[in-house]
Amino acid sequence: MEIPDVKEKWTSKINEVTIGATKEQGGTRAKTVTVGGASTLPFMNFEGDIPNRPVIAGFVSDVVPEWPDVIKNAIGKEISSPVEWAQKNVKDFGVDLISLKMIGADPSGENRQPAECAKVVEDILKAVDVPLILWGCGDDEKDNHVLPECSQAAKGENCLIGSAKEGNYMTVVAICKADKHKIISEAPVDINLAKQVNILLQDAGYDLKDVVMFQTTAALGYGYDYVHTIIERCRTVGLKGDNLMASPQICDVAGETYRVKEAVADEDILPGWGKLERRGPMWEAACAEGYLQAGADILVMAHPNAISAVKKTLDKLMQ
Amino acid sequence: MILIGERINAGFKDIKNAIVNKDGDAIKEWARKQADANATYIDVNLGTASNKPEDLCWMIEMVQEEVDTLISVDNNKPSMLKEAVPVCKKPPLINSTTAVEEKMNELFPIVAEHGASIIGLVMDEAGSPKDADKRVENAGKIIAKAMEFGLSPEQIFLDPIVMPLKFMQEQASAVLKAANQFQLFSDPPCHIVCGLSNISNDTKHQKLINRTFLTMLIANGLDAAICDVMDKELVSAMLTADLVMNRQIYADSYIEAFSKK
Repeated sequence: MEIPDVKEKWTSKINEVTIGATKEQGGTRAKTVTVGGASTLPFMNFEGDIPNRPVIAGFVSDVVPEWPDVIKNAIGKEISSPVEWAQKNVKDFGVDLISLKMIGADPSGENRQPAECAKVVEDILKAVDVPLILWGCGDDEKDNHVLPECSQAAKGENCLIGSAKEGNYMTVVAICKADKHKIISEAPVDINLAKQVNILLQDAGYDLKDVVMFQTTAALGYGYDYVHTIIERCRTVGLKGDNLMASPQICDVAGETYRVKEAVADEDILPGWGKLERRGPMWEAACAEGYLQAGADILVMAHPNAISAVKKTLDKLMQ
Repeated sequence: MILIGERINAGFKDIKNAIVNKDGDAIKEWARKQADANATYIDVNLGTASNKPEDLCWMIEMVQEEVDTLISVDNNKPSMLKEAVPVCKKPPLINSTTAVEEKMNELFPIVAEHGASIIGLVMDEAGSPKDADKRVENAGKIIAKAMEFGLSPEQIFLDPIVMPLKFMQEQASAVLKAANQFQLFSDPPCHIVCGLSNISNDTKHQKLINRTFLTMLIANGLDAAICDVMDKELVSAMLTADLVMNRQIYADSYIEAFSKK
C-alpha cells in the first residue's frame, strides 16, 4: 500500500530581517545577521525552506545584572565591563550578535542618564564588529529618552531596537526611521495585542518586513507554555499568509531564566535539586531549545555552557 | 477568505459597452477598484456581449495591464478557456464546471495543464438540485473526478448553488447544510465558494440579505465568495465571521488593517 503524503503545504513564508550594516552599507559591522525567511515550521526542512539558522545573541547589560555569583562567575570578571563582556561573548562564547540592555537606566534602580547609555553603545560598537540589539530599561517613560540617544549613537548600524509597545511605538518608529534601525514589537504574552502593535507600526508607516516580534519570554516553569504556544501560533498563521504576523521572533531567555528560583537558588535552599552551577545553565538551555521548537529566530543567552549546548543542538537540527 | 470581485461582467452596461467598443477604460477602472478593495481574484465574464475567445482574452489583458491580481475566468466552454487560460499571467480560477461527466472530462485537463483552480457547481444533467443531499452527491462526483485528473483539494472550489431567497426560500437552508457537509470530503478540505448576490435577487434589502447569508455560509465552512467586494459592510461582516470561526487572529484594528492592506 502506498503511504500517503502527509506533508504540510504552506502558502506563505516568514519575513527575512537583516540586522547590522557593513562598511559598504553605511555601518561598521564586519558582517550582518539575517533571520527568518522560512517557509515551514522549525527544522521541518523536508516541508519547506529554512534559509537562515536561528541565531544566538549574547546578553550584555550596562550594569551587572542581579544574578547569582555562580552564574556571574561562569561568565567571568568581564561581566563588570559591558565592553569586555561583549568582547568575551563574541570571542569566547561564539555568539552571532550582541543584545545590549540598559538595565542601569531604570528609574527605580541606578537611574543612569541617556547620555551614559549612549556612551556604552558607542564603546561596544567600537569593541566588537557583530550586529547589535539595543533595549531600553523597560520603563516606557525613561526609554522615550534613552532609546533616541542610543539609536543616534548607533546611527546607520542597522541595529534591532527594542521595543515598540502599544504605548510608545510612535517614538520607536520615529527614531528607527531616522537612524535606519529595525524594530522589535512587543506584547506581553498576548497574541491579539501582538497583532495590534504590528498594525499600529504599519499604520505609522513602518514596514513590517523590518520588524521582529517579541511575545515577552517566560522562563521554564513560569508560563513557558503560554509563550511557546503564542510563538508557535504566530509562526503558523504567518506561514498561512497572515502578513501582519509573519515576522521573525526573539526570546530573551537569559533575561528571564535568572529570575526564577530554580535557576538562581543553590542546593542549600533547594535540597535535592543538584548544584546550581550545572542546573542554572541547564535551565537556560532547556528553555532556549524549547523556544527553538516553537519558532524562535533569535535567542538572547548568557551562560557559556548554555550557549554551547544550544549551538550543538542547532548544529544537529540544521543538518 | 478568498474574495472574488464580480463587477467585470458584461451583465453590467458599462462593461458590455467596453467590450463592444473595445474601450478598456471601464474594465481597468473596475480592476483597480476591486484590487484596491483586496479582491483575491477578479472575475472576468463576457456574458452575452460576445462569444469570441479573442474578446475574453482582451478583457483579461485589460485587467492585467492595470493590476496583478489573480483572474477568475468566468466561462465554461473548453474552446474559449483553451485560449483564455494561457493569457493569464498567473494560474487562474476557472468559473466553472458542473458535475456532468462530459463537462468535467473536458475542463479538468485544462485545469491540470495550467495548475489552475476550478469552481465546481454541484448541479448535473437534471439541473440545480432541490435539496442538500443531491448537492452533496454531486459534490462527491466532482471531487472523485478531480482526483482522477490528479487535482488537489486546494484546486477545487465547490459551489452549493445559491438560489434567490425571495423565490425559493427553502433552498437557503439546504445550501447551508450542503456547504457544511462539503468540508468532510477531504483533509485539507476543498474550498467552498458561492455566487453570493443571487441570494438577494430582486429583494428590497439586498445588502443586508447578502451579508447575513455570507456570515451564515462562513459558519458552515465557506471560505470564498464571488461578491461585491466594494460593499464595505459586507467585507466587514466577512472579516468578523472569519474571526468568529477562529480562522484569523483577533486584533482591535482588524477592519482597519484589512482596508489598508
